[in-house]
Amino acid sequence: MTETLVPQGAVPTAQSLSTQQALNRAMRDILASDPKSLVFGEDVGKLGGVFRVTDGLQAEFGAERVIDTPLAESGILGMAAGLAMAGYRPIPEVQFDGFAYPAMNQLISQIARTNYRTRGTMPMQMVLRIPSYGGIRAPELHGESIESTLAHVPGLKVVSPSNPHQAYHLLRKAHEMPDPVMFMEPKSRYWNRGDVDFDNPGDLAGSLVAHEGEDLTIITWGAMVAKAVEVAELAAEDEVSIEVIDARWLKPLDEEGLVASVAKTGRAVVVHEAPRTAGLGAEIGQLLTERLWGRMQAPVERVTGYDVPTPAGDLEDEYIPGIDRILFGVQRSLEY
Amino acid sequence: MTVPPIASPAPEHLWPPQIPIETPADTLRALARHMLVSRTLDVEAVRWQRQGILPAFPPAFGQEAAQVGSAFALDKTRDMAFITYRDHGVIAALESDLTDYMGSHLALWNGGFADPNEARHTPLQAVVGSTGIQAMGWAYAQKLEGSGGAALAYFGDGASSQGDVHEAFNFASVMEAPVVFFVQNNQWSLSTPLHLQVAGGSIADRAAGYAMPSIKIDGDDVAEVFEATRVALDYAREHGPVVIEAFTYRRGPHATSDDPSRYRTLEEERMLGPDPVDRVKDAIADDSWWQRATADAEEAVAAVREGMTRPRYVHGDEMFDFVFQEKTPQIAAQQQQWREETDRD
Repeated sequence: MTETLVPQGAVPTAQSLSTQQALNRAMRDILASDPKSLVFGEDVGKLGGVFRVTDGLQAEFGAERVIDTPLAESGILGMAAGLAMAGYRPIPEVQFDGFAYPAMNQLISQIARTNYRTRGTMPMQMVLRIPSYGGIRAPELHGESIESTLAHVPGLKVVSPSNPHQAYHLLRKAHEMPDPVMFMEPKSRYWNRGDVDFDNPGDLAGSLVAHEGEDLTIITWGAMVAKAVEVAELAAEDEVSIEVIDARWLKPLDEEGLVASVAKTGRAVVVHEAPRTAGLGAEIGQLLTERLWGRMQAPVERVTGYDVPTPAGDLEDEYIPGIDRILFGVQRSLEY
Repeated sequence: MTVPPIASPAPEHLWPPQIPIETPADTLRALARHMLVSRTLDVEAVRWQRQGILPAFPPAFGQEAAQVGSAFALDKTRDMAFITYRDHGVIAALESDLTDYMGSHLALWNGGFADPNEARHTPLQAVVGSTGIQAMGWAYAQKLEGSGGAALAYFGDGASSQGDVHEAFNFASVMEAPVVFFVQNNQWSLSTPLHLQVAGGSIADRAAGYAMPSIKIDGDDVAEVFEATRVALDYAREHGPVVIEAFTYRRGPHATSDDPSRYRTLEEERMLGPDPVDRVKDAIADDSWWQRATADAEEAVAAVREGMTRPRYVHGDEMFDFVFQEKTPQIAAQQQQWREETDRD
């Protein structure tokens, strides 16, 4: 495999890119360096995907490797399973989170189990890209947060980047991992820019401290990280010091990283867009209870979507945790 | 907008061939040997289930020709079979380890113990419509690599109702993947008869709608199954997918737990005529050879029984070890806890 597409030293190591551009660049670099990689899904070729994340890849790598598939998500995932069985490392896309549902048979009954069923002789090395979460006023089934559904399935790993640097490096890392990785892209953050340091990925395992603090920990991921950091900055004005943990890996959860932060602050608020019941907030709350019983100053707070179908765009702001709701959660924890 | 004519150009005619194919005598005998192994295994396995050796078993009585004839046409150096849970004739014809295969029916390991890359067949599939779409993806990889390999996807009339089968037909045809969809139309999906399962009664008839050639064959004539599958595989390697529909009959129960008298009559079964094993026996017409082949099959199946009565020990650690290539800390911790709580460290 060639390490890099550009001559050493010819470009600055960091570049300002949007998340959409960073993901595009990651796939370009993967397709160029790994002949066993393929990108496919609905409208990912000529159009470059509805979010243009795969823009230009078909022109560069050909329609045999960057494929506009028929509109059938179970077919897309079944095809990916077959390709992985043949030793390929596919990067399929489902166009929107809610369209992963028709693929659940292939995902749960097949992709998640084939390594197990074949006693490790047919690994399912693949990255399923899922434009995820709400925040773009999209119609029904275009704004779902399905991370706990996926994380509950034995055999799948789940990751969600929160900025362009993470998006680039986590996609490349996920592609190199020998297990199926569900890659949940925060679609409302596709256009936010940030520096991508190509040569210095940093530690790609586990969680990240997105904002340092002492009094309380907010644990979140995806599009909610930026909101949590905003909350931390607002709270700092009132001399409340909030630490924000970007969980990144939702399966496996970075237990040590989450526990270390809450052991320091003594208070935790978990924020996610997904519905509350049986969401990852409950899993994280239970983890912290087990590990820090008697050492926390307050029960773990949850600020989440409600137990309702993700509403249409007009009601989206009522459903997705906003700055005010997160601040209320912080306040409940601090005043406990 | 211009309206296209109703019928697209007819897909290529592949069967029957213009010049009839004569199956060599030694090929027919090789096919018969594998059919006898499948039949003997069925007879024995039903007994083993009654004796408590096997929890349950889905026999393939009557489908020996369809399974053996098709799988024997595979090139084991480059092809792959995608099988379901009633395909032991395929295992026999591929000369894959039958004891490994029975590991699934013995409830030792999901899908059996075979290494698919060596055995050239996947683990047995329980969600039966899945074989086709996975075969399609595997076949597309062969096309990209130029390996010349083709996939043979097995499923039945029941599975053909699942959406994955239709997605597989369409994907394979659009992408010209070298896959042969081999339908064993055995007239029954557990208790549901063909007329309640398949509108129009034929899966091959649907192939034209996906612009694929299709082949309808007598699934009880092993020579016809073998030759037609070879023709289909050769076509698939060059041009793309083919549907073969082998008309046959599930002469046994769906599984040892089933009671066919609740949904069909003995008269119906008696009207079927000679089964595929009888037919190949008549075609070979050599009693002493047949007796030797039968004895060989009994010996092979006795070895399977021997392997099954000393079942392979599956350590509980394997439950944790094969979930991922790279085990998560959570699974490692659960495994450790399991060891401690069951005194197995």
